[in-house]
Formats: sequence, C-alpha cells, structure tokens
Amino acid sequence: MSKFEYAPAPESRAVVDIASSYGLFINGEFTDGAGGAMKTVNPATEEVLADVAVADEADVDRAVAAARRAQEKVWGPMPGAERAKYLFRIARLLAERAREFAVLETLDNGKPIRESRDVDVPTAAAHFFYYAGWADKLGYAGYGADPRPHGVAAQVIPWNFPLLMLAWKIAPALATGNTVVLKPAETTPLTALLFADLLRQAELPPGVVNIITGAGPTGSALVRHAGVDKVAFTGSTAVGRLIAKQIAGTRKHATLELGGKAANIVFEDAAIDQAIEGIVNGIYFNQGQVCCAGSRLLVQESVAEEVTERLKRRLSTLRVGDPMDKNTDVGAINSAAQLERITALTQVGEDEGATRWTSDCPLPETGYWFAPTVFTNVSSAHRIAREEIFGPVLSVLTFRTPAEAIAKANNIPYGLSAGIWTEKGSRILAMADAMRAGVVWANTFNRFDPTSPFGGYQESGYGREGGRHGLASYLVEGGAR
Amino acid sequence: MTARVDVRKTYKLFVGGKFPRSESGRTYEVTTAKGTFAANAALASRKDARDAVRAARAAQSGWAGATAYNRGQVLYRVAELLEGRRSQFVADVAAGEGASAKKAEELVSAAIDRWVWYAGWTDKVAQVAGNANPVAGPYFNLSVPEPTGVVAVLAPQRSSLLGLVSALAPVLVTGNSVVLLSSEDRPLPAITLAEVLATSDVPGGVVNVLTGHTAEVAPHLATHMDVNAIDLTGALGADNITWGELEADAAENLKRVRRPAGDAEGDWFDAQSLEQILAFTETKTVWHPKGM
Repeated sequence: MSKFEYAPAPESRAVVDIASSYGLFINGEFTDGAGGAMKTVNPATEEVLADVAVADEADVDRAVAAARRAQEKVWGPMPGAERAKYLFRIARLLAERAREFAVLETLDNGKPIRESRDVDVPTAAAHFFYYAGWADKLGYAGYGADPRPHGVAAQVIPWNFPLLMLAWKIAPALATGNTVVLKPAETTPLTALLFADLLRQAELPPGVVNIITGAGPTGSALVRHAGVDKVAFTGSTAVGRLIAKQIAGTRKHATLELGGKAANIVFEDAAIDQAIEGIVNGIYFNQGQVCCAGSRLLVQESVAEEVTERLKRRLSTLRVGDPMDKNTDVGAINSAAQLERITALTQVGEDEGATRWTSDCPLPETGYWFAPTVFTNVSSAHRIAREEIFGPVLSVLTFRTPAEAIAKANNIPYGLSAGIWTEKGSRILAMADAMRAGVVWANTFNRFDPTSPFGGYQESGYGREGGRHGLASYLVEGGAR
Repeated sequence: MTARVDVRKTYKLFVGGKFPRSESGRTYEVTTAKGTFAANAALASRKDARDAVRAARAAQSGWAGATAYNRGQVLYRVAELLEGRRSQFVADVAAGEGASAKKAEELVSAAIDRWVWYAGWTDKVAQVAGNANPVAGPYFNLSVPEPTGVVAVLAPQRSSLLGLVSALAPVLVTGNSVVLLSSEDRPLPAITLAEVLATSDVPGGVVNVLTGHTAEVAPHLATHMDVNAIDLTGALGADNITWGELEADAAENLKRVRRPAGDAEGDWFDAQSLEQILAFTETKTVWHPKGM
C-alpha cells in the first residue's frame, strides 16, 4: 500500500536547556550524590543527554531527614488553604512551561511529542490543580472529620510516564500534608529534575519535595528506610511483590500500581470503526508501554476476521519514527533493555505457534524501535496472552458467548483494566459488573482524569490513585463525624 | 436418686455449609478460663484450610451477586438467630473468657448489636464510598466499591465473640466470602456462631469456620494463591507466629492485608467502622462516552 508522505514537522528543542550533569535535589538544593553517576540517553537517537547523580544510602538518609524536618516544622502545621496555594502555583507553572516539559519528556523518554504535549504535561498540571483544591477540604473527603497525613512518603515511579507519574504521586501527597522523597526511573530522570526548578519558582519550602536519582538499589534503600511512613510505587508486579515483602511487619503503609494484561472485548454489534481506533489507542499509545494497555484483544468470532483485517490496515498507516516530529504516531522504545524484553517475548509468541503480523513501516537505523505487531491464533495458555509485554504487541483471541469472554478476560492474575465494545447498553453494564478490573472502559480506552480513581485488583496492586479515593492512600483516618 | 448426666456436644469444623471433623482426625482440648475441661475441638489441618478456601471460592460470586437488599436481609436474620441463642453465647463467653455473668451479657449484647449495625450497611456502602467523577470530557464515569473476593480472617485471640463478630461481619457486607480461623484457646463461640449461620439464610460456603493452632493453619491461608485478602488481627497474641511473617507470606500474590491495629488486643467495644468494611473492597471505575 502506498503511503502519503508528510513533510517533516519537527518540534524545536531550543526551548529546553539540558545541563551536562545533574545532582540530587535535597532540602531545596542540588547536591552531589555519593553513589557515582549514570547517563541518561535519548532512546530515539542513543545520544547521551546528561550525567545524573546516583544516590547511595547516606544520600537517601539525608533526603528522608530533610523531608521529616519539613513535614514536622513547616508542611504539616501549615493550614490546608496555604498548602493549596503552593499546589495551585505548581499547576500554573507547569502549564506556563508546558512546551519545555513536553520537549524534554520526549527527548528523554522517546514518546511522540504529540503525546507528551497533548496528554502527559496537561494531565500532570491538571492533577496538581485538582488536588490543590482538596488541601483545605479534607474533612469532606469521607475519611473522618480531621484526617491526618502519614508523614514522609517514599515514592518510586516508572519510566513510561515520568512527569505524569510524578504528578500522580506528589500532588495528593502534598495536598494531604505529607512530604515527599521521590525517585524517578533511572532512564527518565530529566523532567523530575526540571520540576525541581519549577519548585524553586513556586518557592515551595525546602525539604517538602526531595528528588533523588538512581536505579534499583536507590529505590530499595528508600523504601526500606526506617524514617519512611508511606510507600507509593508504580512499576512491575515483581518489584511490587518485593516491596510488599520488604515492608511486611512494619507500620509503613503502601500503595502499589503494578502490571496488567487488559482484555479489550469487542462484540459483533460494536461500532467497528470506533472499536478499531480504541484498539489502536489501547495498545499502541505510548508504544504499548502502559500498565493498563489493552494487550489482549478478545473479538467475537463472527467478526474476528473483519476486525483483524481492518486493524492491520489501520496499523499500516501508523507513522513510526522521530518522536520529535509532530506527525509521529509511534515513537521509540524507552531503552535497549526494554526493546530486548519485547523482542524476546514476541519470539516466544512465534515459538508457541501464534501467527505474527508486523507492520512493514520503515524504522530508523539508530535508537530503539519496534514496529506495531499483532499476533492472531492466540490461546489463553500462550505466554503472550498471560505475560505483560509492555510494548506495541497485541494478542488476538476470540470468543463466542459473553460468558466465554468473561471467563477468558478474568483468567489472569492481573486486574488493572478492561475494555468493552458493544452498542448494547445493558450488556455493557453486565460486562462491567463481571470484569475483575479496577478500571473498565466501555466504548473508549486509555482515558485518564485527575478526578477519576485508577488502580487494580489482585496482582495489579492495591490502593487507588486519582480522585477522592486517591486521598485515602495519604491519610490516616480522623475521628468519626 | 442420681443427678442427671448432661449431654455434651461434639465440636466440629464448618466448611461449605456442613460440619465435618478435621480430615486429619485430630482434636485438641479446650479449657475454660479456670482451666477445667470444656470440650475437644477439631484441630484443622492444611487440607481443611484448602477445602475451606475452595468452598469459599465456590460461594463467593453468588453472595456478591445477591442484591445488596437481600444481603442485608440475610445478615439481619443472623442477628435474629443470635438473639435467640444469647444464653448459650453468654455461657460460652463467661466460661471461655472468665467474664462475670454481667460482663458476658454486655459482650454478647454488643456483638449482636454490631451484627445489626453491619447488616444495615449492605445497601449503603456504594452510596457512601462510591461516587460519580466529573471528568474533563463527555463521559459517564462512576466509581463503586466491590468485594475483593475470598478473605481469610484470623479471629482475635482474646475476644471470642465480640471480637469475632467485629472482624467477620464487615467482611461479609459487600459480598466477600470468608475462611475464618477462630481464637486458638477460645474457639467455642465461633463454632456456636457457625451453628447459627448454618441454620440462617447465609448460603453454605460464604462463611467457613476452622478451629486449631493459628501457627499451623494461618501460613497456609496467607500463602494460598486463591485467597484475595487476609485479616491478621488474630496473629496478635498467637503462639509461635507473628503478623509480620504472615504479611510477608501474603505478599506472594499481593493479597490485601489488614494488620493488627496495635500491639495489644483492645476490648472491641468501639470497634465498628465503615473503614473496616472498605478494607476488603476494591474500587471499580467505569467510563462510558456520552453523545447524541
């Protein structure tokens, strides 16, 4: 099929200054880290963007101590109405500097500028704006008349939505009077470090937010630190399980947002064009590196052939390449290691007998790339139908009856999200009831909003983020009304 | 004339609506607070725990699928039966806990009242703990609490009825099914409660009651991959096990865990709360587009 060629429309990177090296942000200042340094690269070009400090245990100690001081002396005693104003400032500053953050996010993460510009940054700002308004209304949230913060929150976030996950974690923590030590992912620390500059502009008191960079050992030291009262983690189920074991027997509270393997269920009466767009958005958004991605497509047998054919046709029009080009639909895979995992699991799919189809789009020569891929003839027992691939790889299964769809959809230890496509309202509601998933999208997919709780059942973790429910994770219940 | 010889009861487990002996054939001696023989109770094994989980799983979707109004009716009916058996519970509690007759009366009354309080929550939880979310777009967006599934409850060790009811009733409200491991030394009120449940309208398998050694049975419940959540309250004060060890076991499939509230068991008189119900729920959020 011949493709219409667009003229390149690259976003300018002049809007952002990247320093050659970054320290740790502790107690309102950048300081050196004692754990050496690591490099962060642009996954689309393999260009080294900056050296970033690695925090060791002593650095973690300093950050937790700073957060403790700030919590007890400044942030905890401060009236909610005043805390709110800082959060409103942050929301506004993020919106003012949106272009800068979007460009930096795309350079460091590899996601298309279209997504960082239209989704990540505005949604991050919206989270601060939403939770700002809660800071002086906590007595109305349903957690007692006078709920209290836990104290110091240790927050460890992933590389798929670096700035947005920062906002999901920091906004409710601060609104409720906790202070924060946040560790961004080792491959995507730059927007968190730019956020430190935004905190300077907001004149947030020192120590209220501390940002320490590093890899697994730094995160582990932070989670285990005795001075931490609350742990919030988003990432893999394997690491979440480890954290749950580490904090067992302590009085630390935890919220875990872990893996998923969402079923996106298409019934024969669905509006097929809309469903195709929903499927594409469900699994190819952010290169499929989304914990709630619709990675298992369950199609009613009577329309399976039509849906897969139309899906492939649509996928052939997706533009894969330079994330800084505003025409790009699918950007770079975040790291060489992640590309390797995706490649290995898709190979397993082939080895186990599923039928592979990959878009024949051209891929750049440097950087980490994976073309949109669809597996058909997949059964529930295949590893590609059970394990999270975290890449642009869709597995297609079929079903005949709603009962079979429910059984297949729920036959998994995960329970983060699900999608349902049908024009029949009563079926939507009955299916939504039957899905063991924390978020159910009916005739849409991958929608997020600060007012809407997000989180999973079973091995997708516990606790909810976003909305009124997201406050619960950061509060100790006050006296009964 | 010789004095009448009383007829004594054989205490058994309660699994899937039936009263089996332990498959292991073992029993252990239960004594009163004064140290005299009270009864032999069944000493549950790993197999009994697994059978109980299987029964709970089989019953869970039906219980969760009942209307909230119906669950309220069923739970209230349990309170009616508890009231009818109050003298037996008073005798059990007085003997097992060494409480005075007056104190035992108070404990039993509080336990029955607590059951009534929770029965009334079934059709209110979703209204109080759920909400419509005003998202920035044309979507209908609703968050509702749902039961988490099969919940293992380690009943408090000291408070053999009020504590037991305070731990059990809130889990049932939203539609979870339960495997309950009773107080190790004071199991008799739990078995009497099982007899009440068996003759009530609670479907078989929704509540399963095990008696035995906490340190022997609890790890099997904590590691069981088909248990969704565990209340570790009863690990406090149990011999040869800590709640921290059980919590680490429970992490294997990321069970929801309720830790003991403090370092010592309280008196349970103030222990009723919505939070107790919500500890074993999930929040499900449903999005649907709006348009003409």
